[in-house]
Amino acid sequence: MEGITTTYNVKDTLLKLFDDNVARISSNNPVEIAEMRQKAIAVFAQKGFPNTKLEKWRNTDLSKVLNHDFTFPLKADTRNVDIEKIFRCDVPGFNTYMVAQLNGWFIDRGEILSQAAKGVVVCSLAEAFTKYPDLIKTHFGKYAPFADNALTALNTAFAQDGVFIYVPDNVEVTETIQMVNLIHSDDGVFVQPRNLVIVGKNSSLRLVQCDDSVDDQVGFINSVTEVVLAENGILDHYKLQNKNDRSALINSIYFHLEAGANLSTNAISLNGGLIRNEANVLLNGRGAHADILGVYLMDRNQHIDNQVFVDHAMPDCTSNEMFKGILDDHASGVFNGHILVRQDAQRTNAYQNNKNILISDKAVIDTKPFLEIYADDVKCSHGATVGQLDSEAMFYLRSRGIGMENARMLLMYAFAAEIINKISIPQLQLRIDDLVKKRLRGELSVCDQCVLHCNSREQKVAFEIDMSKI
Amino acid sequence: MEKDPNNILDEVTQGEYKYGFYSDIEMETAPMGLSEDTIRYISAKKNEPDWLLQYRLDAYQKWLSMTEPTWAHIHHPPINYQEIIFYAAPKKKKEYSSIDEIDPELIETFNKLGISLEEQKRLTGVAVDAVIDSVSVKTTFSETLEKQGIIFCSFSEAVQKVPDLVKQYLGTVVPTHDNFYAALNSAVFSDGSFCYIPKGVRCPIELSTYFRINAANTGQFERTLIIGDEGSYVSYMEGCTAPMRDENQLHAAIVEIIALKDAEVKYSTVQNWYPGNKKGEGGIYNFVTKRGICKGNNSKISWTQVETGSAITWKYPSVVLLGDNSVGEFYSVAVTNNYQQADTGSKMIHLGRNTKSTIISKGISAGHSSNSYRGLVKMTKRAENSRNFSQCDSLLLGDKCGAHTFPYIKTENKTSIVEHEATTSKISDDQLFYCNQRGISTESAIGLIVNGYAREVLKQLPMEFAVEAQKLLSISLEGSVG
Repeated sequence: MEGITTTYNVKDTLLKLFDDNVARISSNNPVEIAEMRQKAIAVFAQKGFPNTKLEKWRNTDLSKVLNHDFTFPLKADTRNVDIEKIFRCDVPGFNTYMVAQLNGWFIDRGEILSQAAKGVVVCSLAEAFTKYPDLIKTHFGKYAPFADNALTALNTAFAQDGVFIYVPDNVEVTETIQMVNLIHSDDGVFVQPRNLVIVGKNSSLRLVQCDDSVDDQVGFINSVTEVVLAENGILDHYKLQNKNDRSALINSIYFHLEAGANLSTNAISLNGGLIRNEANVLLNGRGAHADILGVYLMDRNQHIDNQVFVDHAMPDCTSNEMFKGILDDHASGVFNGHILVRQDAQRTNAYQNNKNILISDKAVIDTKPFLEIYADDVKCSHGATVGQLDSEAMFYLRSRGIGMENARMLLMYAFAAEIINKISIPQLQLRIDDLVKKRLRGELSVCDQCVLHCNSREQKVAFEIDMSKI
Repeated sequence: MEKDPNNILDEVTQGEYKYGFYSDIEMETAPMGLSEDTIRYISAKKNEPDWLLQYRLDAYQKWLSMTEPTWAHIHHPPINYQEIIFYAAPKKKKEYSSIDEIDPELIETFNKLGISLEEQKRLTGVAVDAVIDSVSVKTTFSETLEKQGIIFCSFSEAVQKVPDLVKQYLGTVVPTHDNFYAALNSAVFSDGSFCYIPKGVRCPIELSTYFRINAANTGQFERTLIIGDEGSYVSYMEGCTAPMRDENQLHAAIVEIIALKDAEVKYSTVQNWYPGNKKGEGGIYNFVTKRGICKGNNSKISWTQVETGSAITWKYPSVVLLGDNSVGEFYSVAVTNNYQQADTGSKMIHLGRNTKSTIISKGISAGHSSNSYRGLVKMTKRAENSRNFSQCDSLLLGDKCGAHTFPYIKTENKTSIVEHEATTSKISDDQLFYCNQRGISTESAIGLIVNGYAREVLKQLPMEFAVEAQKLLSISLEGSVG
């Protein structure tokens, strides 16, 4: 691979692995999918892993995280894993239907979805390949083009398991579906989960996608999620990322919105060695609307990269992008927002904003809010700021007897709160609120390994000062 | 708007490229194509010292190893560098000591362009260096300037007169290997303007260079070097035109500005190269590298540009803010109509402490054109307490045109503040209705609104240019209402 000296050649290993295991990988696949995998691996073979010479990757260098002797779990973990023992999600009062994946493989927890009778399906992708071949043929790989994206191509070639969600027309899914993607292994794993979410006409779904580490091991996740919202479909989507410092996570999501569909997606990155979120939103019908939000709080040597591409292909669509980040220590952040308004997409309204605070002199931020517009009847605006905490606001707090640290924390919290307040699930909002407060006080990173379950209920998370009295 | 001879807007609607004439002047040209021989020919013609020839040859070698950049949002057929004449000069060029000795056809040319070569037009108060095709033909007011110690002459003259200054600064801001077109220019540049303002001198008049491409098949490669010594001030203007031809001509210039301690250099340009006809045939390819360095503390460089011409514009006037407390400014209006393409913007590299920069860019696209803003703001670790404000707005006047923004922001310290904002929109129906209601035709109303939109930039221009620029804006947009 050009420009990268790896001791371990992951690319060649993967290509060989594919050749050796192609029969098993596509064993239960419809023919079309098997053919798609061949095309995809060819793209990956030609392009290899992205390097910093590519415009979209100039600020995110994968060479270091790829320099490891990975293992590739091509079979489900046969050990008898009790998911409850290694992971417990403790959002109080947060009743979700949880689907867990361990090292990229779906774990059947035997839980029954209350709306299964209405035709809602939540199962593993591997199961869907055999049980719902028609749905797979219509949707799989249709929204995640891989011709220009080597990592999506790689995922498409290897995709064996992940979560499959199908909501038929006119169904409101009342339970929040929580997808937990855990990495737990003694040696570095390279996993490639693939999810497919289909929301039918006039249906709605709430989805929380959590990425967590349960140990301090090296890992590389190349995850691809395809989401399609049919006419007037509604999706409320959250991504929570709390990974260890040695892990790399590439999270590519492809949203496809038909007329009148409404998407709200919120990426909350609290920890992670290297995180890259790629959100691709295609507004493919009149009146579709997308809110793409994100907040990232990074420190130490962490690296966060948010790539957002909003494609206004049809008239009368609106989109709203807002990403906020706080970077401390040696952390580095990248934001690359791209809004494309095609020639016929008249009466488009698109907004894009990226705000950053740098806490240390070692932290680096690269931001590129990018507009590409071919229609004239549009209202597009974008903004980007990089700065520090407002010194006047700081003075105001200090002059009222609030200590330096507390004042700083309050201001940082207020900065992030704009995004957190938009979380529409009250329990989740409270929980994230807590997590962010903890994160800002530096407590969250101390107990990385047990991110969500070390926090006992009794020990209430609060500021040193009582917020309610201010 | 009715036929009122006094109405500027009437003039506006004529809308033809009025500088498209061709002057029949006897020319001396280099053989077509590019090789070391061409470079030696140019160098010998200009009686250059050996170090400059070596500089050119070195640049040529670097150029050979480079490829044309493809990252810009522009499309054009590949340029055949062997079909370009790299040097063309009016033949009768000798040392002119009085105005009478100049080829009358030449004087006529510049009179048509509205440029006063004749010094009796002192009222205009502007010192002009006129460059036709590749060679500087006349510099006015040079005696007045000499009294103050200001050197304002053609580049080749400077090489003869003040070789040490040229050697000291040439290529220090834009090195030969900077980019493909810069390397090409460094190898074959023929002439341009040279300007040196000594310590503590405030240049009393505006300095101006006028560039014109006249001959067919030629490329123009001029090189401008402006040095503001400690505590000096200068305002420099540049204008350019070319005849209408249905072939594409190449223009690859370099402008280098050096501002030493406490110096201020203000550089304004109205770029009006032939933009090609309504079908997108012909026009100038304008691939220009302009960069200034605020070398000393408290120095300031300001770029103001009005870009209305050229089939393709590829231009990023930049400022390297090296000295502490230095200031960089960039004001731009870029208008594209028909099939014009513009990829332009600015780079502000903050290296010194407490440095400040402002970028105001207004893009206006009409017809089938494409107009991009591309900029970089970089705050390095050392640039503590630095500040940048960028605003880039785009106005769309048609449903077939494109407007794009590619802003890059990189911050490496915690005390700097960078703000960027951009909007893209069209002229609202409300605004048009308001004007129509008061008896202003749609076309004039658009002229009015566009001028208002670009005002922030136009007001930065020296007065002589501002009037011209306003008219130009309207002319460029003529016929785009629809």
